[in-house]
Amino acid sequence: MRAALFVTCVNDALHPRTGVAAVRLLERLGVEVDFPAAQSCCGQPQYNTGHRREAEPLLRRTAEAFAGHRYVVTPSGSCTAMVRGHYPRIGRLARQEGRGGRLEAYAEDLAPRVYELSEFLVDVLGVTDVGAYYPHTVAYHPSCHGLRGLGLGERPRRLLAAVKGLELVELPGAEECCGFGGTFAVKNPDVSAAMGADKAAAAAAAGAGVLCGGDTSCLVHLDGILRRTGSPVRTVHLAEILASTEEEPLV
Amino acid sequence: MTTRGTQAADGPQAALPGTPAFPEAARRAVHDPVLRANLRHATHTIRGRRARAVAELADWDRLRAAGKAIKDHTLRHLDRYLVQLEESVTAAGGTVHWAVDAAEACRIVTRLVQATGEREVVKVKSMATQEISLNEALEEAGIAAYETDLAELIVQLGHDRPSHILVPAIHRNRGEIRDLFAREMGRWGRPAPDGLGDDPRELAEAARRHLREKFLRAGVAVSGANFMVAETGTLVVFESEGNGRMCLTLPETLISVVGIEKVVPTFRDLEVFLQTLPRSSTAERMNPYTTMWTGTAGGDGPSAFHLVLLDNGRTDTLADAVGRQALRCIRCSACLNVCPVYERAGGHAYGSVYPGPIGAVLSPQLRGTGSPVDASLPFASTLCGACEEVCPVAIDIPEILVHLRERIVQGGPATREGVRVRIRPARGHAAERAALRAARLLLDHPGALRAGERLLARARRLRPRRLPGPGRAWTDSRDLPEPPEQPFRDWWAQRERQDRTPRRQDQAGTP
Amino acid sequence: MTSRDVILARIRRAGAAGATGPTGAEAPIPRDYLRVHGERTPAESADLLAANLAEYRAHVHRTADDGLPALLARLLARRGTRTVLVPAGLPLYWLADAAATHVPDRAAATPYEFDAVDSVVTGCALAVAETGTLVLDGGPAQGRRRITLIPDHHVCVVRVPDQVVDSVPQALERLDPTRPLTWISGPSATSDIELDRVEGVHGPRTLDVILATTPTPPTAAPHTQP
Repeated sequence: MRAALFVTCVNDALHPRTGVAAVRLLERLGVEVDFPAAQSCCGQPQYNTGHRREAEPLLRRTAEAFAGHRYVVTPSGSCTAMVRGHYPRIGRLARQEGRGGRLEAYAEDLAPRVYELSEFLVDVLGVTDVGAYYPHTVAYHPSCHGLRGLGLGERPRRLLAAVKGLELVELPGAEECCGFGGTFAVKNPDVSAAMGADKAAAAAAAGAGVLCGGDTSCLVHLDGILRRTGSPVRTVHLAEILASTEEEPLV
Repeated sequence: MTTRGTQAADGPQAALPGTPAFPEAARRAVHDPVLRANLRHATHTIRGRRARAVAELADWDRLRAAGKAIKDHTLRHLDRYLVQLEESVTAAGGTVHWAVDAAEACRIVTRLVQATGEREVVKVKSMATQEISLNEALEEAGIAAYETDLAELIVQLGHDRPSHILVPAIHRNRGEIRDLFAREMGRWGRPAPDGLGDDPRELAEAARRHLREKFLRAGVAVSGANFMVAETGTLVVFESEGNGRMCLTLPETLISVVGIEKVVPTFRDLEVFLQTLPRSSTAERMNPYTTMWTGTAGGDGPSAFHLVLLDNGRTDTLADAVGRQALRCIRCSACLNVCPVYERAGGHAYGSVYPGPIGAVLSPQLRGTGSPVDASLPFASTLCGACEEVCPVAIDIPEILVHLRERIVQGGPATREGVRVRIRPARGHAAERAALRAARLLLDHPGALRAGERLLARARRLRPRRLPGPGRAWTDSRDLPEPPEQPFRDWWAQRERQDRTPRRQDQAGTP
Repeated sequence: MTSRDVILARIRRAGAAGATGPTGAEAPIPRDYLRVHGERTPAESADLLAANLAEYRAHVHRTADDGLPALLARLLARRGTRTVLVPAGLPLYWLADAAATHVPDRAAATPYEFDAVDSVVTGCALAVAETGTLVLDGGPAQGRRRITLIPDHHVCVVRVPDQVVDSVPQALERLDPTRPLTWISGPSATSDIELDRVEGVHGPRTLDVILATTPTPPTAAPHTQP
């Protein structure tokens, strides 16, 4: 099986470890991974802040970059939700505003081919035990886009539960937003930080050494708070834990 | 009491002059530990209860879909149903008045009260009358308006503003309420008993005694309504304490001020909302009291009934193809109780009688986006989607938020007071617009993007603890992430090159 | 132009009528929600009603119809009731054993007079098992709305099984919207202070509900204004 990796701009620029982990994990499971170099950002920051027209070129770029790939896998719930949930809307509005049906066609073509990492593993590859090893106490934060936008449900937790050596602990208030919210983090910094602090406290109270999530942007925000407060809890992306094995453990 | 509801050029009702934008108001709330604790306790309590009450109904999703469809259908034919409602109410002995805006509604009610010769009215908790600042208008005309819902009484005695749709005094704890009752009740009627404690039972008893003399002598009541049935002319009020029943049945004159979007076509339609509203709102199978009345009923209840149908920005909202779904709202407040932003910012930060997620989409539509607070409300959300999930009429609040953000930053068409206008992009967002445009240009040119990423990697040792300018908003509370040695795409390219040459395991390093 | 004309014109200009989806036709309102949640025998419905009433802190009592006078007498005596409000159409044998003085629901009575009354006894139009709700419609044995509001103690008699419906949709089918309707689910309550539920604010603080089993379903009495 072949799949194209949509690494996302945040992972590309700030957190390449997530992308590397996704590649190793997928290749270990027998997937031939492509990385179309024309990809960049899905346009979510533009779209969510109200700059929809600025997101349109990025929609086109993303759709063209992944044209011809049956499976597009991305280690990000929010970017998957952007493509699946909002691209069709952007396309429809562009048509209604008289800018033709091209974007809508792009959106409708790409949306059903994009999979969030845990969806791809569980639904397409049909695996929950990916042969990973990670001897740590882990709490899982199901980011809003994965939880409510995509309905990932128990998929990520099932994957984690099958990891050898991993102790999965309940995160109190797991369904609550971490407070990142894209530009919300800087437009409403006090509320954002308060939400993040509560999430960080919940992870510590759960006895977790590692706070795992499927969205790097949420993790960057939470990591920033954990470090600022001197917390021993670390943030680690789901892909990194699943990529970790006894032979090549994640350090 | 403060006066609200001054007319402004940007809409039928503007925000309070001087109301700070959401982030400033929220900052104060976030750093008030008592308020934070009160809000957290209340929202988490009711959140859990709602989830249990909803889980009891196997057909919840179908009731939700039906509620949405009934409201959408009504909004599509709103003119027809309002005319039908007017006929039904009139036939049943009521009188219908139409108010384009807050000022007109206040004038109508004031005139009606004056015509009875009364100098005071008792009020049932009503969002519509708060929205139009009716109490202040009546006060100016020398008419005392007494709020009779316990929470509204707390707010009124405290010269405070409501901070929640269902529990307007959610920001107050029992100790604060005790002090308030002891201090203020005597100024308005029967004082609180000496040695009043802070047990909620004792406090409720004090309110019962304080208000009973007002109920028994009242000649005029003012209410809102949760629903109006076009087919029959029936109005419906859901409540818990019995203050609603007191107001709706004892005085000779009843005046109900109701938003035009509260109409439903048929009596049967209530079978949906009687199931979804209590469970979403107070998290009960059914609230203690629901009153349904149709015009005047000989000898039982008021002999004069007036219905004031209120527009006040609702038709402008209806004219917005995306935003009009906010008019489905049945004011249950479930979205407030699950909202992580509301929980920390509190209701006052929203600068409107409609706080929380629904307020963030309703206020800027009813009032326009001209004031700093209204222009900031659509950004007062992380778009986490919890509000949409619990909404009993499935309002896609995140979609409206993004839509309103677009109107604010890009500008676009809108309807204000019935006139199609073009909103100019807000000035405050110029820097952000430039930055996002620059980012888009960068992101749309992979060569430039790659150069930028490499620059970032090279500057990684320069990572400051605090950023200047707008970046401070991040670094005041969070460390910056450590930039990687190389971007992912360089790692990939390097690996590809190695693949073409004989691969050496030890070089496939992690960036 | 009147404000009525202005508002109606704005609605028509708003273009919402055209929002009918891709086919142009308006989808019918989906009514596939349940008419009733679960299947119950009449006895099970009465049990559910009793359980739900009790959960919202009404005091539930059960009796055969011929036990009503004794039960009512006991409930009123226990509270020390000296005066009891009696709506028109209340079967007089219900209060045959009670010592309290009857106060009729007179139109001329002021709210102050009712405020001095200890208890009120009524029947109801129907009761909803799934929600633990009593509905009064001003029909026989129910009186005007104010009489079940001002006194601090309300005793409501529900005839079982004929006045019990299972669900809210079933209740609405049987109710007449032109009558003033009062839906009562437990005693007056508030949760306005720290979301702590307190029974009894302005309405009756004590609600006694009697489920009176009638041996044979009587023919429905015609509704008349009191």
